[in-house]
Amino acid sequence: MKIKVDLMHFQELNKLIKQTPDLFVELKNCIGQRYIASGLSEKEVVIEGTPGNALAAYLSGSTIRVYGNVQEATGDTMDEGLVYVYGSAGDATGYSMRGGKIFVRDDAGYRAGIHMKAYEDKIPKLVIGGKAGCFLGEYQAGGIIIVLGLGEDETPVGDFCATGMHGGKIYIRTNNPPEHLGEQILVNKVDNLDEINDLILEFCDVFDIPIERINQKPFYVLTPNSAHPYKKMYTHH
Amino acid sequence: MYPNYEVIRNEKKCINCNLCLNQCSNEVFYYENEELCSDDSKCVNCHRCVELCPKRALKIVKSDHVYKDNNYWTKDDLEDIYRQANSGGILLSSMGNPQKYPIYWDKMVINASQVTNPSIDPLREPMETKTFLGKKSANIKRDKYGKIITTQPPQLKLSVPIMFAAMSYGALSYNSHESLARAATELDILYNTGEGGLHKNLYKYGKNTVVQVASGRFGVHKDYLEAGVAIEIKMGQGAKPGIGGHLPGKKIIGDISKTRMIPEGSDAISPAPHHDIYSIEDLRQLVYSLKEATDYKKPIIVKIAAVHNVSAIASGIARSGADIISIDGFRGGTGATPTRIRDNVGIPIEMALASVDQRLREEGIRHTVSLIASGGIRNSADIVKALALGADAVYIGTSAMLALGCHMCRSCHQGNCNWGLATQNPELTKRLSIEQGYKNLVNLVRAWEHEITDMMGGMGINSIEALKGNRLMLRGIDLNEKELQILGIKYVGE
Repeated sequence: MKIKVDLMHFQELNKLIKQTPDLFVELKNCIGQRYIASGLSEKEVVIEGTPGNALAAYLSGSTIRVYGNVQEATGDTMDEGLVYVYGSAGDATGYSMRGGKIFVRDDAGYRAGIHMKAYEDKIPKLVIGGKAGCFLGEYQAGGIIIVLGLGEDETPVGDFCATGMHGGKIYIRTNNPPEHLGEQILVNKVDNLDEINDLILEFCDVFDIPIERINQKPFYVLTPNSAHPYKKMYTHH
Repeated sequence: MYPNYEVIRNEKKCINCNLCLNQCSNEVFYYENEELCSDDSKCVNCHRCVELCPKRALKIVKSDHVYKDNNYWTKDDLEDIYRQANSGGILLSSMGNPQKYPIYWDKMVINASQVTNPSIDPLREPMETKTFLGKKSANIKRDKYGKIITTQPPQLKLSVPIMFAAMSYGALSYNSHESLARAATELDILYNTGEGGLHKNLYKYGKNTVVQVASGRFGVHKDYLEAGVAIEIKMGQGAKPGIGGHLPGKKIIGDISKTRMIPEGSDAISPAPHHDIYSIEDLRQLVYSLKEATDYKKPIIVKIAAVHNVSAIASGIARSGADIISIDGFRGGTGATPTRIRDNVGIPIEMALASVDQRLREEGIRHTVSLIASGGIRNSADIVKALALGADAVYIGTSAMLALGCHMCRSCHQGNCNWGLATQNPELTKRLSIEQGYKNLVNLVRAWEHEITDMMGGMGINSIEALKGNRLMLRGIDLNEKELQILGIKYVGE
């Protein structure tokens, strides 16, 4: 199914996407319509233009391809599925996602991967090609965030990275790992990329980026040193 | 520090059956030189031993140990400082604000008919307590043939305007949760999952379930959103306005971990804000993303703590697209909260409710939302007063816990609940039988329903709709002009 979106109201658009029996939906000239593919399963949606906030919220197993940038809260509380962004993403990308994969070719705004979680075989993955804004992986409780820093000479993450992190991993490709992190964060140089190799290959394959470019710089990994960051904060009354 | 409470055992009555010793999860009792002793410093005054003692040989008394008299520096002040000086920690407590603030419920009295407008006997005549929550239409719409269009935004139906408040699985035991779910089903009312997700065994109670979405988004996924009849966005909580929650890793075991979808032993951290909500417009985004994900079939409730400017906040929420606003006053309970916040932040629900209802009326948007009041509803009279002040329904949390056996020791945060409610210790949780627990809840709500219809009948009102916002049915006593003005009621005798 092909939809020329233009000024269509999001409610009408999302109804069309949900109700069509077609498993493949193509949107042309999307201009900020919100909540596209929220909770959607088993379909593939290809979007040209700029989808609005909360694209793929609660996504339940569909594939979303955006030829353009995306706005805020992409993949909010996403459970399963794939999101490919051929451009940059706004703030709070992958907020509280608990499964599936998001690939952003360029940059991501503030608070990417905040509150990401993992459980058993559900391990969400967020891969950012360029740089990420402040508060990357805030309160991260699980899952894997990768920042490739392509085209970046400086540290490709902003301030307050991994604040309150108590699970999961953040991989950053850089010569300059972030400084002034919280005392509960451990930073280590990565010798072995096995865990993320497939994700890097998928990123390069999807966005047509030569793997050699990735190999030019080392990776650092951020992990928390405790699953109980606030344990010592209380006294019983 | 000398213990606050002392365990008194009457040796003449005691038969040394050791039930107290075996029951106390706080390990108060022990044997020394073959004599049963008690370490009063460990006693939380939960009455488990007292209630179960077959010979009534035990009682707990408040210690008469005193500091030198001081009207300013109280025992609590001193001991809190000692605790904090020793530990460097934030003081943590449970349940609602126990401090000496005015209780406005007790300063309002209810009307009854005399001579004119005769009272109604609910035992003989029908009384309507059925309640619908959700957006109501402001005007009648007709189709092109002149027929009335009857489609409405989704509504929740309650047999009585009482719901069980949000209390998460994790903070509460499984048996407590299933008791609430079963009772709600039997009563044709609703219970609320709280923010800890929904155990897979409880999906079958979906028609009587409100699922909650909070900042940590624990256990939230498509099936969960569709499991209940409504979705509640938790923005705040009366017991801890402005802050989030930390469920300690030691409570995240087994099915709790599975239901919250986080690894075992990992802390469940719910931060203070939703990081995607910094404005009413952002709230609207979450409201609509949930409506989109559930095809506009479920009303969205937004829950806030009662704080300053609550009426302006509620006005914003009403405009965000929410269907129902739930307001939680500072007496509202919790399984754990920083003491200073519980005791000093937030306002009484009576004032918050009256002020929100008034504001929404003045702005002509009262019909666009229903109001649920909560935070310290103690009995059916509180409910009648809440309805007269403008609530469409109330949430009860603490009262429901009491019905399940809670004795208000306010130690939920320690995880050793002897009554098997606020604990995950399997030895303790099995003490609450679902069969008994749900019956007690049903009994409580049925009894309150009866009392509510009695009071309604006394006022000559036979439908709950006629009570809602009917402030003429209330009079204030021992209140100043300002308080009367905010409550929107007259003084007794007027």
